[in-house]
Amino acid sequence: MTALAVRDLVAGYDPALPIVRGVSFDLAGGAILALLGPNGAGKSTLAKAVAGLVTVVSGSIHLRGTPLGDVPAHARLRRGLGFVPQTDNVFAGLTVAENLAIAAAILPRAGRAGRIAAMLTLFPDLAAARRGAAGRLSGGQRQMLAMARALIAAPAVLVLDEPSAGLSPKLVGVVMARLRDIAATGVAVLLVEQNVRAALAIADHALILVEGRVAHAGGGATLRDDPAVAALYLGGRHAA
Amino acid sequence: MIAQILVDGITSGAMIGLGAIGLTLTYGLLRFANFAHGEFATWGAYLALLVAGAIGPADPLGPLTFGWPLLAALAASMVLTALLAAALDGVLFRRLRRHGSAITLVIASFGASLALRSALEFGFGPQPWYYTRDIAMTVRLGPGMRATWDQLAVLGLAIVLMLAMHLLMTRTPLGRAMRAVSENPDLARLAGIDPARIVRVTWLLGGALAASAGVFLGVTVQLRPSMGFELLLPLFAAAILGGIGSVPGAMLGGLIIGIAEAASVPLAGAQYRAAVAFVVMLAMLLVRPSGLFGGRGG
Ligand SMILES: Nc1ncnc2c1ncn2[C@@H]1O[C@H](COP(=O)(O)OP(=O)(O)O)[C@@H](O)[C@H]1O
Ligand SMILES: [Mg+2]
Repeated sequence: MTALAVRDLVAGYDPALPIVRGVSFDLAGGAILALLGPNGAGKSTLAKAVAGLVTVVSGSIHLRGTPLGDVPAHARLRRGLGFVPQTDNVFAGLTVAENLAIAAAILPRAGRAGRIAAMLTLFPDLAAARRGAAGRLSGGQRQMLAMARALIAAPAVLVLDEPSAGLSPKLVGVVMARLRDIAATGVAVLLVEQNVRAALAIADHALILVEGRVAHAGGGATLRDDPAVAALYLGGRHAA
Repeated sequence: MIAQILVDGITSGAMIGLGAIGLTLTYGLLRFANFAHGEFATWGAYLALLVAGAIGPADPLGPLTFGWPLLAALAASMVLTALLAAALDGVLFRRLRRHGSAITLVIASFGASLALRSALEFGFGPQPWYYTRDIAMTVRLGPGMRATWDQLAVLGLAIVLMLAMHLLMTRTPLGRAMRAVSENPDLARLAGIDPARIVRVTWLLGGALAASAGVFLGVTVQLRPSMGFELLLPLFAAAILGGIGSVPGAMLGGLIIGIAEAASVPLAGAQYRAAVAFVVMLAMLLVRPSGLFGGRGG
C-alpha cells in the first residue's frame, strides 16, 4: 500500500503566498524518495506541511490511506509519521535518555524499554552518552538522536529534512547507510537533501522541486546516471 | 543579627520562590509576563480564609496559632486557585494568544489583576484579615536567632512543596513533557506531546503553588487585598534571577530575594525594602540576562 500520498498540495505560511504550489507524489513502504531542489524551493515547507507544522491551503496528504487534514501535529507520530527537522531537532536541555523517553511515551507501557534498547543498538554512540545532556552531543550524534527519536515509535513513514547538513563526508555516509537499513525494514523514507550526490546514492526515486513545483521526477538511478538533469536544476556544484 | 536576617529572609524567600515557580513556568512556556500572577496568591489566601471559616474553629496544633482546618483550607484553596488560574487562561489569555500581540497579553493580565484584586476588596474590604488572633509563640534557634513556630511550620511546608515540584519536573513523564514544550514547542509536537495539555497543567500547578504562598503569607503576616500585587515585583525578580523557565532557579532566586530584602531593613531602613527586589533584578539583567540557571528548560 502507498505509505504516503500527497496530492496537489498547496501550503505555506501565508495563505495568500503559498510556498508549495501544487505538489503530488506517492511513496511506498520500503522506498526512499529524495526531495531535491535549490535553496528556498520549498522543500522544508513541504516536509513541515506533511508533519502538520505548516498550514495546508489545499490538496491532501494521506498516511496509509487515511487523510491527515484534521490530524494535529502532535497526533501524527501516533498515526505512524516520524519527522526529523533540519535544525533544533533534539531537546538540548534534556538528557539523551529523556529525549528518547519522550517519544517512547506514546507507546504502550510494556513496549517502551524494548524500543529504547532497540534504538541504542541501532545507534550505539547514543548508549554511551545516555545520561548526558543532548545539547552536548556532537553534530553527528545529535542527528542520530533525532533519528532515533523519530523512529522509536516504529513509524510507517520517516521524513528527514537535510540530515546530512553540517556533517563530515564520513558521517554523511554513515547516516545514509542507516537510512538504507531503515528503509529495508519497510519504512517509507522521504529524504529532503541539499547533498544531491549522497541522496541519489540511496534513493529509489527523486523529485526536484523548483519554486514550489515539481520540475523533474524520476528514478534515483536515472538522475544519478544523467548528471545533466541534476545540473540543470540544481547547479553543477552538487551534481558534478 | 545576621542569623536573624537569615531566618526571616529564608522564610519569606521560600514563599517568594513558591510564587515565582508558576510565574517562571508560564513565562517560559508562553513567553508572556503574567501580571495577574500575584493575585493567585491573594485569592489563595482569601479562599483559605473562607474554607477555614466554613470548617469552624478547632484547637491549634501544638505551639502553632492554627489547627487542622487551616491545613485543609490550604489544600482546598490550592485546588480552587489552580482552577481559577486555568480558567483565566482558558477564558482570556488563550484567545489573545491566538489573535493578539505580546503587549495585548501583558495589558490584559494587568486588567485581570485589577479585576481580581477589586473583587476581593469588594468582598472583604480593604482592612487586613487574620487566620487567627492568637499570638504566635517564638522559639530560640540559636544566639540572636528567633523564629515563630508558625514561621518554621510554613518553611517546612514550603520545602515539601518545592521538593515535590522539583521531583515532578525531573522524575515524571509530565515534568519531562513540560520541560520539552518549554524548550521547543514544535519539536514537542513532533514527539507526540499536545502543548495545549501542557499549558493547562502549567496554569494549574502555578496557580496552586501561588495559592500556597498566599496562605503562608497570611499565616506569617496578614491578609490584605494588595498582598499579591505587592509580591509581584519580588516574584519577577526571583524568576529572572533564577533564569526564566527554571524551577530550581525560581526557588533559589526566591531565597536570594527574600534574604536581600530582610538584610536591607537594618542596612537601609524598612522604607527601601521594596526597592531591593528591583535593584537585584536590574543587576541580574545587566550582568547575566539569562539568569543563574541559564534560562530555558532547566
Ligand atoms: N517560517 C517562515 N515564515 C515565512 N516564510 C518562510 C518561513 N520559512 C521559510 N519561508 C520561506 O519559504 C520559502 C521556502 O523556504 P524553505 O521551504 O525553507 O525552502 P528550502 O527548504 O527548499 O530551502 C523561502 O522563500 C522562505 O523565505
Ligand atoms: Mg530547507
